[in-house]
Amino acid sequence: MEDSGGRPGSVFDEMVMPDGKPRPGMESLAEWMVTVPRNLLKARQSEAEALFRRIGITFAVYGEGGDPERLIPFDVIPRILLAEEWDVLARGLEQRVRALNMFLHDVYHDREILAAGRVPERLVLLNRAYTPEMHGVDVAGGIYTHIAGIDLVRTGPEDFYVLEDNTRTPSGVSYMLQNREVMMRLFPELFNGQSIAPVERYTDDLHETLRSVAPPACDGEPTVVVLTPGLYNSAYYEHSFLADKMGVELVEGQDLFVRDNRVYMRTTHGPQRVDVIYRRVDDAFLDPLAFRPDSALGVPGLLNVHRGGGVTIANAVGGGIADDKAIYMYVPEMIGFYLGETPILKNVETFWCARDDDRAYVLDHLDDLVVKEVAGSGGYGMLVGPKATPEERTAYAERIKADPGEFIAQPTLALSTCPTFVADGYAPRHVDFRPYVLVGADKVRLVPGGLTRVALKAGSLVVNSSQGGGTKDTWVLSRDTVAPGGETSDA
Amino acid sequence: MLSRTAASLYWMGRYMERAENLARYLEAGYRIGQMADWAGGGTRNEWSSFALAAACEEGLLTKHGEATLDSVIAYVGLDEDNPSSIHACLKAARTNGRAVRTALTGEMWESLNDTWLEFDRHWHPSLRQDNLLNFLDWVRTRSTLFRGAMRGTMLRDDAFFFVNVGSFIERADSTARILDVKYHILLPPGESLGGSMDYYQWSTVLRTVSALGSYHWVYRESIKPWLVAELLILREEMPRSLRHAMSQVKRYLDAIAEGHGQRHPCQRRAGQLYAQLCYDQIEDVFQNGLHEYLGNFIARNNALGQEIARDFHF
Repeated sequence: MEDSGGRPGSVFDEMVMPDGKPRPGMESLAEWMVTVPRNLLKARQSEAEALFRRIGITFAVYGEGGDPERLIPFDVIPRILLAEEWDVLARGLEQRVRALNMFLHDVYHDREILAAGRVPERLVLLNRAYTPEMHGVDVAGGIYTHIAGIDLVRTGPEDFYVLEDNTRTPSGVSYMLQNREVMMRLFPELFNGQSIAPVERYTDDLHETLRSVAPPACDGEPTVVVLTPGLYNSAYYEHSFLADKMGVELVEGQDLFVRDNRVYMRTTHGPQRVDVIYRRVDDAFLDPLAFRPDSALGVPGLLNVHRGGGVTIANAVGGGIADDKAIYMYVPEMIGFYLGETPILKNVETFWCARDDDRAYVLDHLDDLVVKEVAGSGGYGMLVGPKATPEERTAYAERIKADPGEFIAQPTLALSTCPTFVADGYAPRHVDFRPYVLVGADKVRLVPGGLTRVALKAGSLVVNSSQGGGTKDTWVLSRDTVAPGGETSDA
Repeated sequence: MLSRTAASLYWMGRYMERAENLARYLEAGYRIGQMADWAGGGTRNEWSSFALAAACEEGLLTKHGEATLDSVIAYVGLDEDNPSSIHACLKAARTNGRAVRTALTGEMWESLNDTWLEFDRHWHPSLRQDNLLNFLDWVRTRSTLFRGAMRGTMLRDDAFFFVNVGSFIERADSTARILDVKYHILLPPGESLGGSMDYYQWSTVLRTVSALGSYHWVYRESIKPWLVAELLILREEMPRSLRHAMSQVKRYLDAIAEGHGQRHPCQRRAGQLYAQLCYDQIEDVFQNGLHEYLGNFIARNNALGQEIARDFHF
């Protein structure tokens, strides 16, 4: 359970055992990798890029100049998870996301977990992500986080750790779907003779989930829309992709308006009522009357309708309090407190610099630790101790001392590697994993798969696309491939 | 359909058509300008009358001081700040298209996108007097390609109807303005109405709307001003005529209304405009003055555009 720093000898490769043989279940992919000609792989890799470019799957990197519509590199070697591994993850993810939702309901209602002293009160109530406007508000089905992206890393055969929870507007699911689509198109032969669990039903599941949380005021069929900040947003492609696949309107703030405590969209037929908004706009920009008055992306009066039960906003306003990097430390507590269960997924050991002991330890061990800003995301503003120069560490230490509550630190984990196609053949590269959990009023839905991000630079542990990471298709092999006669998983 | 989506489709159609017509327009000005000093011996500058007809005289003069071929290329071809430049139109067509990507077919998007990229990378830095005609040809070809992609691949539903309403409103406006250029361009001294210069100018107007061949096919006569005007205003079979454009506007507005099961005020206005074009005779047009007739049409067509925006909550 304890992990040493990223020394090469201790790194777990997900496909190849130390003796060079493929792990059970991965034989056929390993064999294919040996037999497929290099130049064919190279040709397919550039074909994949052309496909992505043509479909328009690009993302924007802020403040770097260059091509504003950039591609995320795609690696043609898939990453495999076995059915029994996935089963454990699926149960762990469902458990975790249920607890996160119960936590959100609790902190915006009776605050039992704070009263019981299981989570420090000031960490919640003084948190920037805590939204007092949501106190006492009943959201449909009691659900705050309808779409959660949980970032996992792996360090050993059975060692999966949650790195962070994304309970606001997790992105990237379109890559999960398009990666599969492109793999099936480029390597149909790979899919013959293996039982790879399909992920295509994600968008249907998403639509079902959103329809299940229609607000109390909605009578009849709920109208669902996707709310985007607009076409200059880095994830605009994903917003339009999801709207298109669900067959619902992709709206901007200017398309919506509030009247008589309901939300309407302006259509060529006149106003049409909207019941559920899958928003990809941050809380601060959602409603200029309630939050940032300069926001042109929001809908004036939206929060009031949300509070009055006239519309469901997914994910609910104020959900960010559950994915704060300091709150993260208490998720195992939440699972015990609300569900009376033992956490299935492990947390990474985390030091919070607001605590004196932790801060002293962190400042003493900066060269072993990864330090992150509590409110940061996207790999920006973090310090990877072992890779940083002494000057960078000294400068970062000053930042920590100036504002200790804003920083957490974690040991550098020996992230697992997967074989990746590089210029001179295959090489192990570090990966992480983001599955998407959908929480409806009726049930929790999970498609067997997720987004695997891969650090393309040798030795790098940073997988964020904004920092030069790529993606891989992720296969969950059905049980019948692995253990004939076994029970087929439904997940 | 979202009103914003409808508006984007409508404006995408309008801007693509406007880019094409600006190119046609510039070509008319260029060809007439080339002939201008042929008879009189001196240098004549027709670009200010061109700019007057193109309704961009004020902006052009403010920015460049005088109307010359170079300043017209800079202002009408390349100026991003002039909302009626080819540059601004191609960019606006692409931006509107990008905002409604999922309502477009792949071919349509690719044609818009490639057009913009080629303009931005190739033509924008290289456009000069000596390759102006190549450029104008290129603009027309790209517009034709876009139209072909739209007609060949797009589902016949509201999205298609709104693109076409925009295109034909714009085309009606442009043809009226192109025809009006002739009014603004004076004949050189010593040239008489019906003389060879006059003839050349009218035939240039026809060429500009790709109608020289059609003219001879329809009338089998030498070029007469009132017949040119009749062809471009009143003939239904002439695809760039006011009457044809208005019949298409009416047709697509009706199709939208049928889908909605509800009539809109803009249909009535479009119907009135179309009916008048059906029943007017060319004698009536000239009796009251061609320029006045065209000016009146442009104003009413413009009001129709505003009515459409109101009815569909753009």
